[in-house]
Amino acid sequence: MAIQLTKEQKEILNGSKGETMAKVLKTMVMYGETFGAKKLVPVTSKYNHLVTSFGLKALGPVYDLMNKLIETGAKSGQQFSVDPRPLDKNVPANFLQKLIFNKFMYSKQEFYEKQLEALGLMNKDAFTCTAYMTEVGNKPQKGDVLSWSESSAVVYANSVLGARCNRNSGIIDLMGSVVGFVPYFGLLTDEGRKAKWIVKIETSKKPEAQLLGSAIGMKVMEDVPYVIGLDKWLGKKLDEETCSYLKDFGAATASNGAVGLYHIDKLTPEAKEFKTSLIEKGAKEYVIDDEELERVKNSYPVVWKNKNAKPKLCFMGCPHMSLEQLISWTKKLDAALKSVNRKKVYIKTVFTASPGVVKEFEKTGYAPMLKNMGVIVSSICPLMYMNNPLCSKMPVITSSNKLRTYTTARYYTDDEILSQITKGGTAI
Amino acid sequence: MKKFKGRVVTPGQVSAKALVSHGGLNTLASFQKALQFGDKKATCGDQNNKDLYGKQMAGKALCLPQTIGSTTGGLVLYCACAMKRQPACLLFSKPIDSLAAAGAILAEVWLDDVKMPVIDSLGEEFLNYVKDDMTITIKENGVVEVE
Repeated sequence: MAIQLTKEQKEILNGSKGETMAKVLKTMVMYGETFGAKKLVPVTSKYNHLVTSFGLKALGPVYDLMNKLIETGAKSGQQFSVDPRPLDKNVPANFLQKLIFNKFMYSKQEFYEKQLEALGLMNKDAFTCTAYMTEVGNKPQKGDVLSWSESSAVVYANSVLGARCNRNSGIIDLMGSVVGFVPYFGLLTDEGRKAKWIVKIETSKKPEAQLLGSAIGMKVMEDVPYVIGLDKWLGKKLDEETCSYLKDFGAATASNGAVGLYHIDKLTPEAKEFKTSLIEKGAKEYVIDDEELERVKNSYPVVWKNKNAKPKLCFMGCPHMSLEQLISWTKKLDAALKSVNRKKVYIKTVFTASPGVVKEFEKTGYAPMLKNMGVIVSSICPLMYMNNPLCSKMPVITSSNKLRTYTTARYYTDDEILSQITKGGTAI
Repeated sequence: MKKFKGRVVTPGQVSAKALVSHGGLNTLASFQKALQFGDKKATCGDQNNKDLYGKQMAGKALCLPQTIGSTTGGLVLYCACAMKRQPACLLFSKPIDSLAAAGAILAEVWLDDVKMPVIDSLGEEFLNYVKDDMTITIKENGVVEVE
């Protein structure tokens, strides 16, 4: 066995904590050996985060496996948050869609949530892809070793918070936490956090986060990019607006490619500390200017059957919006609607945010303003909502590059979305 | 007949017809319909994958560069195995990604009656050479025969 196990780990593998726990450790050992890990290291974060939030009927074998863990007491020492729920009665759906969601697709939702509670769910509001936000309370510290999944959360935790986590799959996330160890490879190591790409930003204005992330993701795929020139537009401080930008940027790098960590020169923690010494010798270079962003945007396929269909729904918030984004969008919408003498949005629009952020938003005067403009605020997972044959036929628009990638939703920039929902639904 | 040598991720010997994806396989998008709607042939449901869309994946020697997409990928692959709708084997031209590895390893450790051999690092030439419906045979030590 290539991985050197400690005495405690060897004992677990030999059954000291039962057959199920031995299998959990064996899984982590095989996972590590596949990627050349030489040891397992302790998970050090306070909380875990899991990707599987949906009681999809088709995932029966997963529920069986989780039952095995519960029955044998192989519980996680860590509590955890989990991705957003797939259902919300406030989000527009017709009779047939509701029937399919509740009675067919997600018929195991209640059962699965009970399993999550048994395994250590933080609380009933811990359903979000942005667990790292202050309002949710699962923010890892710099240097923490995580057993997280959810690609957008992993890339944020690594890049903006300086935690250490690989792009784990569902179930592996839980198993690392249950056994308390994860294999030491990839983004957990100093070497694995070195940049293989230098990305130079040479745009004439602040680049759209979702487009920039998409361009970089598609170019570097799973490699680590070191981005130079973005501080000109974002500044050198990780304030709320910048963190929101990096959340959306990172989600696009992770879904349009497979990026698990990026460094932004003069801004993100490791880039500030180690500067260009993070760049590997012989790193490739990618220059992004206005023309390149336009090229990337024009490369997206429009998979609507009728490409000129009037949009029926607009989803904003994949990943979930921050409090700062909810407030700034409320202000933008208010001004845009006033400019065209309208009171409500043209297209049914859903803003999604974590339950914790929504609670804080509701304490502000912006919540009734947004409601009066006809916008629904929900904590649903837009991706799970869209992932079925009925919704995939709907003309849905979004400024989320992640949602565009995984569903039939059509991408528009933030400005285009604002125009669409305040001035009319004709495709721009 | 041509031989390629890769690395064994999960062991086993099998012979099956090839199904080739030149782009990354989005596991969730590809298998979701198969798992959700009882399609035992596991017809690929990913509209963005022109090579595989609408083709049967179950029982085929799936040849691909790597998997892409949601971190649910590993558990989706595990479910496909548990429901006996998995490809006969997975053959990666590149080093395997963490999501596909998770699915293959979970199936290997937790499912006693399922075998899905996985070989990675077969090289770009492998993916350029292999075509749909060629016969693939996995031998010991990561040797893959294509004819």
